[in-house]
Amino acid sequence: MEKSDYKNIFVFAEQREGVVQNVALELLGKAHELAGVLNEKVVAILAGQGIRNQAQMLIEYGADEVICIDEPELKDYLTEQYAQAIHQVVMKYNPSILMIGATTIGRDLAPRLACHLNTGLTADCTRLEISEEGELMMTRPAFGGNLMATIMCTNHRPQMSTVRPGVMQRISRDASRKGEVIDFKPTFDASKFKVRLVKNVKDDKGKMDITEAKILVSGGRGVGCKEGFDKLHDLAATFPNGEVSSSRAMVDAGIVDHDRQVGQTGKTVRPDLYLALGISGAIQHLAGMEESDLIIAVNKDKFAPIFGVADLGIVCDLNKVVPLLTARLAKEIKK
Amino acid sequence: MKIIVCIKQVPNTNVIKINPETGTLIRDGVPSIMNPDDKGGLEMALRLKDQLGAHVTVITMGPPQADAICREAYAMGADRAIILSDRRFAGADTLATSYALAGALKTLDYDLIICGRQAIDGDTAQVPVSLAQHLDLPQVTYVTDLSVNGKLCTVTKETEEGHQILEVEAPCVLTVLATANQPRYMSVKGIMEAFDREVEVWNADQIDVDQSRLGLSGSPTRVKKSFTKPQKTPGQLYEVDAEEAVELIVSKLKEKFII
Repeated sequence: MEKSDYKNIFVFAEQREGVVQNVALELLGKAHELAGVLNEKVVAILAGQGIRNQAQMLIEYGADEVICIDEPELKDYLTEQYAQAIHQVVMKYNPSILMIGATTIGRDLAPRLACHLNTGLTADCTRLEISEEGELMMTRPAFGGNLMATIMCTNHRPQMSTVRPGVMQRISRDASRKGEVIDFKPTFDASKFKVRLVKNVKDDKGKMDITEAKILVSGGRGVGCKEGFDKLHDLAATFPNGEVSSSRAMVDAGIVDHDRQVGQTGKTVRPDLYLALGISGAIQHLAGMEESDLIIAVNKDKFAPIFGVADLGIVCDLNKVVPLLTARLAKEIKK
Repeated sequence: MKIIVCIKQVPNTNVIKINPETGTLIRDGVPSIMNPDDKGGLEMALRLKDQLGAHVTVITMGPPQADAICREAYAMGADRAIILSDRRFAGADTLATSYALAGALKTLDYDLIICGRQAIDGDTAQVPVSLAQHLDLPQVTYVTDLSVNGKLCTVTKETEEGHQILEVEAPCVLTVLATANQPRYMSVKGIMEAFDREVEVWNADQIDVDQSRLGLSGSPTRVKKSFTKPQKTPGQLYEVDAEEAVELIVSKLKEKFII
């Protein structure tokens, strides 16, 4: 392999039902920064059906080129169809880096591609940097967030990584940015299409995304029960963009849905305010929220690890604090 | 029907501690367990066995101590257990690990391969999918339910927005979530018998592989360094009553222009 044959940073621009996912824009922001260091281009791969009208937006968020694959086979995400199409793009354009969102789609697609390309893949990176030698340094948490590891893929190309939603930051949209849209026509081997989508069911959980909330009122074991969480909803409702999230304990107990879980096996969040109520702060939880702008923690146990990352720590019974705080904020915010 | 379940022995990461001076993991006294998602996968296979009379083989790659989870699998109801254990596998990343597993599976008969979605020590979710690619099999990930009718598998897959129903023909690879089911307990009879049963230990010569693609030499990724996260400086901590707590919170929110 000649490394000089591989150039440019490719981003898989995940879309669902024609809507480009936020994680794609976040990856474009990171790719834009890295491309500046390498003096290479940012190329978005946009695959789907009837999605070409999204290409300009990708350019405005940092793509220099968009490779558009508009095919009926790609209407819904299916592993084999997408893997074939993206594989052919990679084989033709030889990117040096390929970034994919660590969503249920990205985590299904990326390892399939990496294995087919016989290259390395680093999952759930929280930091991406370019070394002095121009190599990608991919840093990710391991052992449940207890340890960080920096991983490199120096002898194989492309260097592939997945990044979870909410970890990287998009750049400001610039409507004056110009870029090229290239149409790509893959050759499908339909004999390998062995999975059929019977139906796609959306339930209420998709309507709310805690990674988008500016204010998170987050409850842990200390909240205790369903009724306790109802009170957290009341508290969150006092803010214009408040949502309720939770630690894993409450999800495992069946009190809160998994899509509200913050942490290593849940979601990574970075709100303006993270109000941690009755959360002790296991390392897996901290890994998912410690980048929040302001962290306020209330816990009865003054030795709770959550206080180690809190900007303001209150040792008190949250069940007494929550109703008072809700009443007070309702007044303050109305003013 | 023949089902292979890939399992992994992992340290219980919920109880891992870091030595603050050296920045290394303290592994002493950390219990090893069967990875929770894998256990969900094993339970799914055993339910098919209960319904349809399947033969269930568990396979794991790891040190000889992985014997413990193989015996646990026997006690739950597995029929055969294999450990891939060889120094030549050492240092394998997800690509080389999945390659070795694929090499072993090529020597076995199967209709269905079930894996856990991801292991709690690495959380990558890459090995099962790479395994499917190595074997050129279709895959469905994030599975929470499965029914089998002849060769047709009807699978429920969890997504961010809800779930999907997918149909896939066996042979295929499914990756299962721990939340899919409540794994059965080991039966007393099973535990007694598990000690007397053979756990096969295979080395790299017994599987269908190109030796140069195993272990560290077959791994495109390298860990350059590992470190503990720099500690954030904690803010002020107050032990106060609820009224004072509200005052402190409200003034902090005002100071930061949240309200």
